[in-house]
Amino acid sequence: MGSRASTLLREEEIEEIKKETGFSHSQITRLYSRFTSLDKGENGTLSREDFQRIPELAINPLGDRIINAFFPEGEDQVNFRGFMRTLAHFRPIEDNEKNKDPIASEPLNSRSNKLLFAFRLYDLDRDDKISRDELLQVLRMMVGVNISDEQLGSIADRTIQEADQNGDNSISFNEFIKVGNFLIFCIFGNMNYYLT
Amino acid sequence: LEGNDGMELALKYFNPFDNLLCILLGISFTVWFTLLLVFIIVPAIFGVSFGIRQLYMKTLLKIFEWATHRIERGAKDNNHLLYKPYSNGDGSNRDLDHASEFEMSDIFYFCRQGVESIMDDEVTKRFSAEELESWNLLTRSNYNFQHISLRLTVLWGLGVVIRYGFLLPLRVTLAFTGVGLLVVLTSIIGFLPNGRMKNFLSEQVHLMCYRICVRALTAIITYHDSENKPKNGGICVANHTSPIDVIILASDGCYAMVGQIHGGLMGVIQKSMVKACPHIWFERSEVKDRHLVAKRLSDHVEDKTKLPILIFPEGTCINNTSVMMFKKGSFEIGSTVYPVAIKYDPRFGDAFWNSSQFGMVNYLLRMMSSWAIVCSVWYLPPMTREEGEDAVQFANRVKAAIARQGGLVDLLWDGGLKRGKVKDTFKEEQQKLYSKMLVGTQEDRSRS
Repeated sequence: MGSRASTLLREEEIEEIKKETGFSHSQITRLYSRFTSLDKGENGTLSREDFQRIPELAINPLGDRIINAFFPEGEDQVNFRGFMRTLAHFRPIEDNEKNKDPIASEPLNSRSNKLLFAFRLYDLDRDDKISRDELLQVLRMMVGVNISDEQLGSIADRTIQEADQNGDNSISFNEFIKVGNFLIFCIFGNMNYYLT
Repeated sequence: LEGNDGMELALKYFNPFDNLLCILLGISFTVWFTLLLVFIIVPAIFGVSFGIRQLYMKTLLKIFEWATHRIERGAKDNNHLLYKPYSNGDGSNRDLDHASEFEMSDIFYFCRQGVESIMDDEVTKRFSAEELESWNLLTRSNYNFQHISLRLTVLWGLGVVIRYGFLLPLRVTLAFTGVGLLVVLTSIIGFLPNGRMKNFLSEQVHLMCYRICVRALTAIITYHDSENKPKNGGICVANHTSPIDVIILASDGCYAMVGQIHGGLMGVIQKSMVKACPHIWFERSEVKDRHLVAKRLSDHVEDKTKLPILIFPEGTCINNTSVMMFKKGSFEIGSTVYPVAIKYDPRFGDAFWNSSQFGMVNYLLRMMSSWAIVCSVWYLPPMTREEGEDAVQFANRVKAAIARQGGLVDLLWDGGLKRGKVKDTFKEEQQKLYSKMLVGTQEDRSRS
């Protein structure tokens, strides 16, 4: 299994992925090895079932939503580039990157891209607003059957009340940023030690 | 005419060589077989060792050290990362503890856990061979070691020649000898009347044949704490990495095997073994019936003249970096349990059988073309079920002891996850925990 890793991924591809995502050479080969070990069908792409096979992900209450984030609109397979592009959101922000080419497009792991990723976990219909229903759906996934509809409803109402500023009874991306910002670094920053 | 002369001359030259060739072949075969007999089969019969395998192992280790050193130097020059980094996430709930009311950012906690498990998880990697930190000159365990130097490649090539040209035929011959002797001799012993003579002979025959098989794999085994060896009327449990586990344990002691009857060669071996000594074989249909299985096992352990039973409670092969959930069946029977920990040294050849990747024959060929199988066996002190402990808790206690001794990770995950899906109850537990945290605050708020 191990020997396939470096041989199937060409140097040019590694360079392209490096530019696009900012991962290092060794991180890319390591994640490629992981990608091929998940790819049971050995056809160079991952399906939703391949992700479901990871027990720790299958028992995660938000597992399905997270898996969804890897697949582009309406598609059932994700290739290695797409896999890396999604994982790139979780690369910690490094200080020296800020000094790089300012004209270049925003890196995938920028603060706002990380928040956009989280926002999209809620906003299933991609209308750039988290409605009460969408919030309830995610809440229901996280609590299972342990909280009644009324209680859950009141939690959702309170949350929207606190976050909503323009009175449209839903949470836009800008309102979301104000609520979610301060925890990003505590949590996403810890991804580092999987990637050294 | 000249053509004919030429032909006759040619024939004259070939004939003596022909004879010479035959004589040489004959001599080398005889020498080879004599060596085989003297150095391998006779010691196997008596259970002694010349120490050849230990010497072989030490030589190999020196070569591997040199090879790794060369590779490390080469990697430093090219700035490559060489070893797979070990991740040890602790999965703690730290981040949720301070949050007592629902916040939009609570999803980050589950999100991070989810993505971390996508990058690396504790379970799926147990079902494929462990990745080595240094290279042992076998391409099959080559993680990131590219061509570094000519000398290394030559060494690797030499290794291939030795392993496939010399070691493999030798081992295959031994394997056939061992298995053949087992079948023939146990069938013969089957004709004897039941009694002490039969048991004694049966034990000797089993031990001898397993020892030949051990040499057929060039298995270098170190047994620790042999005073704790399983006794009659007990159940021996061990962690499972490959079918070779059976050979390793059975060459040092006599056990009654438990298993399903197979067809083909395996079935022939099983049927002849049971003639000499009461092993417990089940038909495929009987395996599903848990009561029947439990009854036969408990009947066996009650008879103190019968040998201890050998069971692998994980139910499937795991890659020897961890011990997974023990099935509680063998712990319900109520007899003394003798735990045994088996740890393989992967530097010489990975013994893990990935049954989704290789069939049995393919696997055995790979084993016989590795350098050697090196492992350690620890016989742990016997354990019995304590008051107030149920079978599952007892199983977990035994599992923890085995994991501790063998230096393996103790996991609660079921080895059945290799093929099946995880139960929904685990997800429901996570949801319950999170809900408790939220609802707790709601009650406080309504009180205030």
